[in-house]
Amino acid sequence: MKHIRIGTAAASVLFLALTAACSAGSGTSTSGGTGGNGGAGADKNLTVGLVAEPASLDFTTKDGAAIPQALLDNVYETLVKVDQDGQIKPALAKAWKVSDDGKTYTFDLVDNAKFSDGQAFTAKDAAFSIDRVKKDWTVSLKASMDVVQDAKAVSDTQLQVTLNKPSNNWLYKMSTRVGAMMTEKGVADLATKPVGTGPYVFQTWKRGDSISLKANPSYWGTKPYFQQVTLKYFKDPTALNNALLTGTINVIGTVQAPESLAQFEGNDKYEIIEGTTNGEVLLSFNNGKAPFNDLKVRQAARYAIDHKALLDTCWAGRGTLIGSMVPPTDPWYEDLTGLYPHDLAKAKALVAETNAAATPVRLRIPSLPYAVSCGQVVKSQLEQAGFKVTLDQLEFPAVWLTTVFTDADYDMSIVAHVEPRDLPAVFGDPKYYTRYDNKQLQADLAAADAGTPEEQVTLMKKAAKELSQDAAGDFLFLLPNLIVAEKGITGLPKNAITESFDLTGLARS
Amino acid sequence: MLLQIVRRTAILLASLVVSSVLVFAFMVLLPGDPARVALGVNASESAVTQLRQEFGLDRPLVAQYLSWVSGLVRFDLGTSYVSRAEIAPQIVDRLQVTMWLVVCAMLLAVVIAVPFGTLMALRHRRPSGLALSALSQVGVAVPAFLAGILLITVFAVKLQWLPANGWTPPNENPTQFLRQLVLPVLSLGLVQGAVLTRYVRSAILDVQREDYIRTARAKGLGRARALRRHGFRNAAIPVVTVLALQLATLLIGAVVVERVFVIPGLGSLLLDQVSNRDLIFVQDVVMLLVFAVLVVNFVVDLLYLVIDPRLKVGAR
Repeated sequence: MKHIRIGTAAASVLFLALTAACSAGSGTSTSGGTGGNGGAGADKNLTVGLVAEPASLDFTTKDGAAIPQALLDNVYETLVKVDQDGQIKPALAKAWKVSDDGKTYTFDLVDNAKFSDGQAFTAKDAAFSIDRVKKDWTVSLKASMDVVQDAKAVSDTQLQVTLNKPSNNWLYKMSTRVGAMMTEKGVADLATKPVGTGPYVFQTWKRGDSISLKANPSYWGTKPYFQQVTLKYFKDPTALNNALLTGTINVIGTVQAPESLAQFEGNDKYEIIEGTTNGEVLLSFNNGKAPFNDLKVRQAARYAIDHKALLDTCWAGRGTLIGSMVPPTDPWYEDLTGLYPHDLAKAKALVAETNAAATPVRLRIPSLPYAVSCGQVVKSQLEQAGFKVTLDQLEFPAVWLTTVFTDADYDMSIVAHVEPRDLPAVFGDPKYYTRYDNKQLQADLAAADAGTPEEQVTLMKKAAKELSQDAAGDFLFLLPNLIVAEKGITGLPKNAITESFDLTGLARS
Repeated sequence: MLLQIVRRTAILLASLVVSSVLVFAFMVLLPGDPARVALGVNASESAVTQLRQEFGLDRPLVAQYLSWVSGLVRFDLGTSYVSRAEIAPQIVDRLQVTMWLVVCAMLLAVVIAVPFGTLMALRHRRPSGLALSALSQVGVAVPAFLAGILLITVFAVKLQWLPANGWTPPNENPTQFLRQLVLPVLSLGLVQGAVLTRYVRSAILDVQREDYIRTARAKGLGRARALRRHGFRNAAIPVVTVLALQLATLLIGAVVVERVFVIPGLGSLLLDQVSNRDLIFVQDVVMLLVFAVLVVNFVVDLLYLVIDPRLKVGAR
């Protein structure tokens, strides 16, 4: 067997050579500098694990929540900002006045803000940014600026915006990505080189891996604690968890599998932060056609759902039960969960009365974690009430978008509507995929937008209640904001109710 | 010899044409509208129509196919639907990452398979040979992603010896690069090594029964020496074939392993672009993979001619 040993020895030498070859220079420009222990090491560095990587950095032409999640409030700033309780607060605008007719807004801007290319931020830039939404943006969100008649710089620090009708929503929208302040010289290459006034400056983007931001040395406001922040993207929730467990990242920005939280609970190395989001998980009905154009069928479905049991089964009991399309952080929230309590007898009676069991209803869900885990539960709860349900899982986004969203070829679906204050968008437009056409509701929504802030609250409450009573959809639950972080990282937002993952207040104690 | 090369080149070209048609056809059959996916949930109908025109998706299928293929021939892979960036540099970037994985995994497989396969063949009736054989069966049965998950659980999460996932370019931080490379290469390479071991074993067993080995032994060569002088070369033919076929398996395995280990290679790129319906991107990547597999098979065909002089005559 001597020769075999020589063979083995030769193989070992070959293996060493190959290891050396594999470790030798050359290589690639992709991928993560702060991978491995790098992220966890230095005190002033932070690596946050997130789920969806943006496809571009330009939210003016590309939709998707991932871009503002990374850039808004961090790289780009807005005139006003929404706080943890849903109140509008000053940001680049120190103060603002609204004229009596509600059509003219006068903003007093800070005088010491600078763009990352060195230029000072002035009212001219603000006017330019607002005009540019109307002129050059291509995403449909630009519609929120349609109400602007004119934006002009009165002086370097004063901006006057005239609306063609009073709109409460407009000021709120100015806190979202459409309100991002840009400079004329910084918009040439938005897809790869964003220029803003924020506490962080965009540094590199390793596609398929991470986005790096570094602290802006000339930031006008309170300077951020972390000098270097890496947003690292993980498609797979297990990989994301492992990255925190092994110290590759410091924070899981959004937990995708709540049942996996058990491994962090009771471990003093980590802390779990739980709050609310704007993500209403909606069991949507196709209100435009039979059977769900019949109020009684919709009511039957709402009575059939046992929301508490559903939340426990499909999202590990994390999340908030809501009775309408309003999260608790909106000023017009009220608890409407009592309107349709779980009542199997009522549901069965309504199913029998409407003969809804005659034809099967198609529950066509997107291939997203919450929808997949809730789909089966919803199906079985509806079947207990006598419905016949066929469950289809459609690939998201491609197939679901075409079939359900565009062609409305569905009876029911389950999807989280994550945009802030989206009741009007989802139920106020009869052409939207919910196909909900309620003239009274539309009138109330318009009046709420045009009225005083007090009237807005009253009318929005009325609309939310009307919507729930009319069973325009069933509001399964509100997605929780779940963050897991290494102990000692402070300032993480309890509620995720803006479009951004705001890094400004984060620190290490 | 020349005739053989010409014939095989013709087969290669024909296969490339057929597979390009198939790849294109599959993309057309995929449900979902690329323009709508690119624009997202809130896009207006007019914007979608405009983008469809911009992508050229409103043209007849034949025209779309021809413009794609003619681009490929000129090494122009086109522009991504989603990011609007040139595709070729992005593929090159990701390919470098995947090549590390595939090449290292393949070398590891060979390094495992040759000695162990030979050992198993030489001891195929003894307990040690049988034990090795059973072990390799286990290796064959475990899919690479499962091996990956197990390796992560044990060596990263429990023992904390190695990082659970991630990728660092070798020129940026060689130590970190190696540490991150170990587990993915092991999960790909061990499984492939186990498969290959089986083939090496049976190839060696086969040649041992050949007449020329008996002749060599009769001339007085020892068993191992006879095998080294005459056996390995003959055993190499089926093994090299399997190795080439395994390249395809490795590339496909890399798609999954890259996802498990969060490695920004060609595989994760492909998965992302399928879900984005970046059809032209997907076509390019799949075509590249097909091209790689076909070319490797072509090279293997030519290698046969080198390894086995009998084929040069064209008797096949």
